[in-house]
Amino acid sequence: MPKVTIDGKEYEVPAGITVFQACELAGIEIPHFCYHPRLNIAGNCRMCLVEVEKSPKPVASCAMPVMDGMVIRTDTPMVHKARRGVLEFLLINHPLDCPICDQGGECDLQDLTLFYGPDHSRYRENKRAVADKYLGPLISTHMTRCIHCTRCIRFLTEVAGVPELGGVHRGEHMEITNYIERALTSELQGNIIDLCPVGALNSKPYEYRARSWELRKTESVDVMDAVGANIRVDSRGNEVMRILPRLHEEVNEEWISDRSRFACDGLKYRRLDVPMVRRQGRLEEADWREAFRAIRDRLAGLSGDRIAFVVGDLACCESMLLVRELAARLECPHLDCRQLGEKLSGRVRAEYLFNTTIAGIERADLCLLVGTNPRWEAPLVNARIRKAWRLAGLEVARIGCPFDLTYPVEHLGDSPTVLEAVAEGRHPFARRLEAAERPMLVLGAGAVARPDGAAILHLAHRIAERYGLVREDWNGFNLLHLAAARVGGLELGLVPGEGGRDLAGILEGAARGEIEALFLLGADEIDLDRLADAFVVYLGTHGDRAAPRADVILPGAAYTEKNATWVNTEGRPQRGRLAVFPPGEAREDWKILRALSEALDRTVPLDTVAQVRARMAEVAPTLSMVDAVEPAEWGPFGEPGPVSDAPFVSPVRDFYLTNPITRASPTMRRCSREILHGEAPPEEEVALSHG
Amino acid sequence: MSPRYPHRRPVGEMAPDVETFAFTPENLEKAREIIARYPEGRQASAVLPLLHLAQAQHGGWLPRAALDHVADLLGMPRIQVYEVGTFYDMFNLEPVGRIQVRVCTTTPCWLCGSDEVLRACRDVLGIEPGESTPDGRFFLREFECLGACANAPVMWIDDDYYEDLDYERARRVLEAIARGERPRPGPQSGRRASEPAGGKTTLLFADGEE
Ligand code: SF4
Ligand code: FES
Ligand code: FES
Repeated sequence: MPKVTIDGKEYEVPAGITVFQACELAGIEIPHFCYHPRLNIAGNCRMCLVEVEKSPKPVASCAMPVMDGMVIRTDTPMVHKARRGVLEFLLINHPLDCPICDQGGECDLQDLTLFYGPDHSRYRENKRAVADKYLGPLISTHMTRCIHCTRCIRFLTEVAGVPELGGVHRGEHMEITNYIERALTSELQGNIIDLCPVGALNSKPYEYRARSWELRKTESVDVMDAVGANIRVDSRGNEVMRILPRLHEEVNEEWISDRSRFACDGLKYRRLDVPMVRRQGRLEEADWREAFRAIRDRLAGLSGDRIAFVVGDLACCESMLLVRELAARLECPHLDCRQLGEKLSGRVRAEYLFNTTIAGIERADLCLLVGTNPRWEAPLVNARIRKAWRLAGLEVARIGCPFDLTYPVEHLGDSPTVLEAVAEGRHPFARRLEAAERPMLVLGAGAVARPDGAAILHLAHRIAERYGLVREDWNGFNLLHLAAARVGGLELGLVPGEGGRDLAGILEGAARGEIEALFLLGADEIDLDRLADAFVVYLGTHGDRAAPRADVILPGAAYTEKNATWVNTEGRPQRGRLAVFPPGEAREDWKILRALSEALDRTVPLDTVAQVRARMAEVAPTLSMVDAVEPAEWGPFGEPGPVSDAPFVSPVRDFYLTNPITRASPTMRRCSREILHGEAPPEEEVALSHG
Repeated sequence: MSPRYPHRRPVGEMAPDVETFAFTPENLEKAREIIARYPEGRQASAVLPLLHLAQAQHGGWLPRAALDHVADLLGMPRIQVYEVGTFYDMFNLEPVGRIQVRVCTTTPCWLCGSDEVLRACRDVLGIEPGESTPDGRFFLREFECLGACANAPVMWIDDDYYEDLDYERARRVLEAIARGERPRPGPQSGRRASEPAGGKTTLLFADGEE
């Protein structure tokens, strides 16, 4: 390992790192703009200049590899002068509009200028002005502020794999643009707002609505998909103003998808904020007592066999535990958390987890995607696969769901019959699986939700066993879920009990009048037309699909409004935290269910979150191990059977509209229209963007 | 917007993108030949010659559709071809006159009288740099160093260099071209290539003969 001297002290640093990284290891901060540890080195801002002995000029540390015996100085008059000079140059053309700039208060240029920059300007000439660009509904631009660090270009090209931004023209005339004045199409584009070190790229929905220092910051987790990205919820008063990613190397690194970032305006619209009861065919506002009474009256004398529970995609573990307890006390065996109809038994943990783990993808050398479009179902898993392909040469093949995943994918076919051929060793791909060192298979939740889902699951299991996907130190079998609630539900055993009906059975029962009362815990994606005359209690947050059909509405708390647990697709329990209070009369879901149980004389004796979590840990011990992934036991799952040759279809048909919150979000709806359905951008905005 | 580049409209406000563009069969053939010169996986290297080919086919300028066509042909992200197309001044992204007159105004040429060359252009063509003649025949613009400083000042018209210019010589060249002739390219002063202006002083035979 090379030895270097930094500011008079000797350090031994790993070979091949840069001077910048060596300084970082030594705990010395080097100011920088263009350097970003997750992007390729550009070396174009010159902010990171340091002095290196024997080099006559200051050296851009981010682009200079360390060499043995290097003597580096970061605190000399030459370095300070160089930094001041670089900042003076950058500021020549940078507008002085910090007071009206959204980045103000969290701007690298502002901060670095304060610490290292000149205190006045010597520049008397006109500043250069650059026309703003139209980049779509999510990102607003102020291109005069751009310092040409090219982070945004590099992110889209390297990490997102959707190279749509570039630098056109040259020198003094260079401009960052997509050149075509149309919305960017990456589902990760919001991250360039965070990456932009100045206020050139801002969040359009959040623009001019708050200053960073007046926001309350709450660390939480995202529920828009089953990845469980770590987020920070920024709120002011009782309003969520914006959502930003939080670093978690194992899960989301430092990125989040646009759905996670921008759907938060959906928390303000269509909210259920008072209990409602249907009277004479019309839903009317009521108080909690009346709502509970209406339920009790309807349930009176009903045997548990005529009641059912279906849990939706966003439910937290606490509320699902209450569902479980309440169902047990009602002696109701019909409960299902598999809103999509996944044929997962929940008996073997390995069956329903992403066992390789998200970070583990980077160790794989061959990946087979089955019936999934990870780019839309779990953008960060897709970004991880892309990263593994880009940096470690992961080879990817797929069966079904042809879609541009941003990396090369070998398309083996469209239907489960191809999977069967692989499982039986009849397909040439079988040789590749045999030869691979750490092969992985990703089975989409949609693939096991088909009528032949159990047989598909079984085929995947066979492949896993036959080709050594599961070994002592490697588990290459993965189920990729779509819903934040699903793994938690399966861990808590929210599947039909003895003699119980699954979702299809419940709907069937409701259609035939055999299920008379149905509790929906935020279950909006089921086939509501089949509920016939069933008495429907909807506990949820939005007047979305199911609420209008409900007979009683119990207003619950959204994910930003409660302290709650979600388990991601890897089986990693994580805690979300309350950032704002639920609106109006709405309450935390588990408390509602607790109160309801009492009103029904079936009291679930859990009075505090601590008690609820203690009970959760009894039912599913893994749930108490927050942020840990407990490796799952391997075992038999799936059921042998015939598979059809109907092609796999991803259940996510519109990336931006997947749950009640996104459907209530004006931003997500506009994204859907503009990015996916080719609607022309609003003319005023395009015109405005020319400045 | 810099007044030096009056031909450049703001990005995004480009020529109509209703245009469609495709190489003619002959040019497609040529394009394939060019692409084949580069090793497998390095097809993007063909972007410059292909853009020149497209520009020639399209009457001296490149509509966005042409950039897109080249990008798609090479399997490149379109934005990268936009970057290339806007980077080089040789590509016109706006409709311009068919005959392209570029006058070098970089320091060596300027010192040797490029202002006079420009004056001749103004007088003959009746337009300012950055403009095209109303009949769409000529496009005049300034250019940075054309790499022929030894023969400054220099003017580059379509594929030919005219060197050692002054007001009169530039005028004669332009007038000839306007008549549809093709004046002899190269130094207009009578010297050969970039031999010393005052005649050869080195590399002579012993008797002083060439
Ligand atoms: S827009 Fe921001 S991120 Fe992109 S080059 Fe400019 S300063 Fe850098
Ligand atoms: S950080 Fe090193 S040049 Fe920009
Ligand atoms: S300066 Fe005109 S050719 Fe070089």
